[in-house]
Amino acid sequence: MRTLIFLLEKEFRQMMRNKQLMSLLIIAPLIQLILLPLAANYSVKNINIAIVDNDHSTISQRMIHKITASGNFRLTGYANNYNDALKMVEEDKADLILQIPANFEKNLVRENHNQVYLAINAIEGTKANLGGGYLASILRDFNENIRVNWVNPGTNNTPQVVVASTNWYNPYMNYHLYIVPAILVSLITSISAMQSAFNIVQEKESGTIEQINVSPIRKHIFITGKLIPFLVLGIFLFTLGLLAGWLFYGIVPVGKLYVLYISLVVYLFTMLGLGLLISTYSNSHQQALSLSFFFINIFNIMSGTFNSVDSMPGWAKTLVSVFPPSHFIRITRMVMLKGSSLADISGHLAAIFLIGLILNTWAVLNYHKTA
Amino acid sequence: MEPVIVTEKLTKKFDDFVAANELTFEVGKGEIFGFLGANGAGKTTAMRMLCGLLKPSSGKATVTGFDIYTQTEQIKKNIGYMSQKFSLYDNLTVKENIRFYGGIYGMRRKEIAVKTDELLSMLQLQGEAKTLVSELPLGWKQKLAFSVSIVHDPSIVFLDEPTGGVDPVTRRQFWDQIYYAADKGVTVFVTTHYMDEAEYCNRVSIMVDGVIAALDSPAALKKQYHSSSMQDVFYQLARNAKRKAD
Amino acid sequence: MRQLFVFIRKEFLHVFRDRKSLLMLFGLPITQIVLFGFALSNEIKDSKIVIADYSRDEVTRKITEKIEASRYFDVEENLQSAQQLEAAFKKGKIKMAVIFPENFAEDLLHSKKATVQVIADASDPNVATATTTYITQIINDYNMTSGNASMQPLQIIPEVRMLYNPELKGGPNFVPGVMALVLMLVCTMMTSVAIVKEKELGTMEVLLVSPFKPLDIIISKLTPYLIISVMNLFIILILSVTILDLEIKGNIFLLVFESILFILTSLSIGLFLSINAETQQAAMMGSMMGMMLPTLLLTGFMFPVENMPLPMQWLANLVPSRWYFIIIKKVMLKGLGFSSVWKESLILISMTIFLFTISLRKFKIRLE
Repeated sequence: MRTLIFLLEKEFRQMMRNKQLMSLLIIAPLIQLILLPLAANYSVKNINIAIVDNDHSTISQRMIHKITASGNFRLTGYANNYNDALKMVEEDKADLILQIPANFEKNLVRENHNQVYLAINAIEGTKANLGGGYLASILRDFNENIRVNWVNPGTNNTPQVVVASTNWYNPYMNYHLYIVPAILVSLITSISAMQSAFNIVQEKESGTIEQINVSPIRKHIFITGKLIPFLVLGIFLFTLGLLAGWLFYGIVPVGKLYVLYISLVVYLFTMLGLGLLISTYSNSHQQALSLSFFFINIFNIMSGTFNSVDSMPGWAKTLVSVFPPSHFIRITRMVMLKGSSLADISGHLAAIFLIGLILNTWAVLNYHKTA
Repeated sequence: MEPVIVTEKLTKKFDDFVAANELTFEVGKGEIFGFLGANGAGKTTAMRMLCGLLKPSSGKATVTGFDIYTQTEQIKKNIGYMSQKFSLYDNLTVKENIRFYGGIYGMRRKEIAVKTDELLSMLQLQGEAKTLVSELPLGWKQKLAFSVSIVHDPSIVFLDEPTGGVDPVTRRQFWDQIYYAADKGVTVFVTTHYMDEAEYCNRVSIMVDGVIAALDSPAALKKQYHSSSMQDVFYQLARNAKRKAD
Repeated sequence: MRQLFVFIRKEFLHVFRDRKSLLMLFGLPITQIVLFGFALSNEIKDSKIVIADYSRDEVTRKITEKIEASRYFDVEENLQSAQQLEAAFKKGKIKMAVIFPENFAEDLLHSKKATVQVIADASDPNVATATTTYITQIINDYNMTSGNASMQPLQIIPEVRMLYNPELKGGPNFVPGVMALVLMLVCTMMTSVAIVKEKELGTMEVLLVSPFKPLDIIISKLTPYLIISVMNLFIILILSVTILDLEIKGNIFLLVFESILFILTSLSIGLFLSINAETQQAAMMGSMMGMMLPTLLLTGFMFPVENMPLPMQWLANLVPSRWYFIIIKKVMLKGLGFSSVWKESLILISMTIFLFTISLRKFKIRLE
């Protein structure tokens, strides 16, 4: 126990002394937490639409007006023909083309039906799906309107089932509520896993680890001494992050803070274990860096931090369930936005703890004082 | 003289490569025991086995009476170690390094404080207590590293090429330190490839291609090989070595 | 010139002798491209929802059947009370609740209108928007098919064509993005560490006193990584075409040229970082902490850049992968030529020259 205190004292001193590293560890995450939520705006309000109106009739004018007035679309411009409009799509100026054929109004009245053509840039799937869906429902509404107005005003007798939707926990669909926890979790993930990995590799590369290995210090004491400083750093950063989220984005956790912090400690235990495991397999900084980048990049992209796990195929969902961040981001969102209790999140917490136990045991077994 | 290190046919193989082959020797208490050999002769391997850093492939050995297979943790309490790689923390001060290493050997704060003052005054580093180790000249770092390796008063200290890259004057001072420690009863086990340093040892063993080619006091060896210096003894033995230095 | 060659060879030996790192340098981009290529998509499927039916009549049963048949939803169980509903949301068990109030069919018959109440868990706004849209589509579908809507007059029929990606696969959006992200981060990180390592070990001094010019040192340090990255690029392209079914519509030479340009830009960022970092740890933290998230979020494949507020767009403009992402989308997926990407290429060239020049200048100062 006394040995542990000496070890901790040394770790903290070293941490505080590396000014460049400290500023990277605290200032860089903070700046990102303040700035990056601004970037994450996936409201599909700004779907750019290019219109080819070959009809120039009252009805086509009214249709266009209805679309632009809906708020979901932004009119990029009118094109004379389809090819000009396609050019706008190629240059990423438009996501969607609406083409109204010549004599649209005349033919609609004469044949009682007529087509409009939609071409959607489907490279970005969400925009394509939602944009197409929105436009279809606007056209349906518009269709209903002209039918009512032109054919038999006042006698609409088709029964209609109407959808009344409510958004719980984030009624104004504020994207910041979604993204601030994501960035916070992602930063904590990188810092905890990388720091513990790099720190031990540093001792390996400089040779000081050998001096430790010939000393009677116990393996678990040494490892505990390495992990505690980063646990403290992680808690400190998380707190700083919560404060920044409150100050800059007005986000106040709905749930209990202690639930959040209990989960954080368990999560840090797990991610530090991962870093430790990485360090036992790496002999140089470069190896530790590539390994931790490998995991963290996969975690960032697949854990449901920035995009939904629900959009992945079954095998991927199973894979993701062994990624600790996928559970922690859920817990964070559940507690911060929905006010979930400790009982509500217990399943995810248990999962993180279990993974952490495995990683740490593995790491301790794989850390040899003897070659 | 009671032996503190006893080995019998101690062997270490790395795959097919036999780094150390059936080493058998004894080191007595308070002795300065030199382990000589060209680069790659197996000195460091032998030392690392005795320190508990490396598991032997076969053979027997005890260090301070403890078995090197099963009692490595007890051995570690009784030994000091200084590697050829510089082993102090660059970004800690002189004092902080001493405190840390004292601490992990289970010393109490008071003991450490007393020891620190003693050490610093012996090394005449009182003024540098708060200097970062990275700012010290190499020779001083080396002397400090030695002092730190015996801060917990071990009964044996293992030194792995401790004087690499140090000027002759500093080396001389370094050996004074070693003598001082040996006088106080510390057994010193030192590897080196400086033959003039071999003359300072009570006994030396010369390793060639993983085996001990000769073992005796420097005077006896010189007599046996009809040489005027250890340098010459070494050349005679190492001339036929098959292994290339790495 | 011969000296330079000797030097480059030494650097190669360094890189290639470290088998573990080498394995990672190649294995890492490949694994990630394949993993992301298959796993990522935009289509939110199988969302767990709950249907609370207080009416249990013909109409609600029909709509429920329709919802159950949809691949977008996975109907969990029939919860009834409001408390149960809230508990399920809080446990994160369901993404949405669809509630049919009492007397649904009767309302529909008599007042020609009945309201389905839909509650979405908007703690994930993407999922909430998507699920609400899907439900609305299903209900509208029901409206169209239930009555005799097909007989209605004056029908405007939208004919929809999906450009570039008719099957709406996730690959075309994510593969270019992941390519940009992975290439950039791998290049940057590896180079940033390589140079600082020499500084830390003290071998840099040896190089600096040697007759090599700083430029030579830099070139020889970067060459192995350039070659590894180009090899990676080819592997990624081959994988995209063979495994991920992505078609290279444009000129392959243009694509390779632009990619090499982008790799050079990334290498020069690594160079810049390594010249400014004091320790390997700082260089690594700088490249990981400083670059990973901004690159991920500002490249444009996670969140469209044009949706961002202006200052963020400016910031995004500084991220090279943003431009490369545009280039590959245009060249690879849309099949456009150089005339449509010259602007982006020019930006990458200027970034590279700028970073390289100030790195070289700073490197020289250290010499004096």
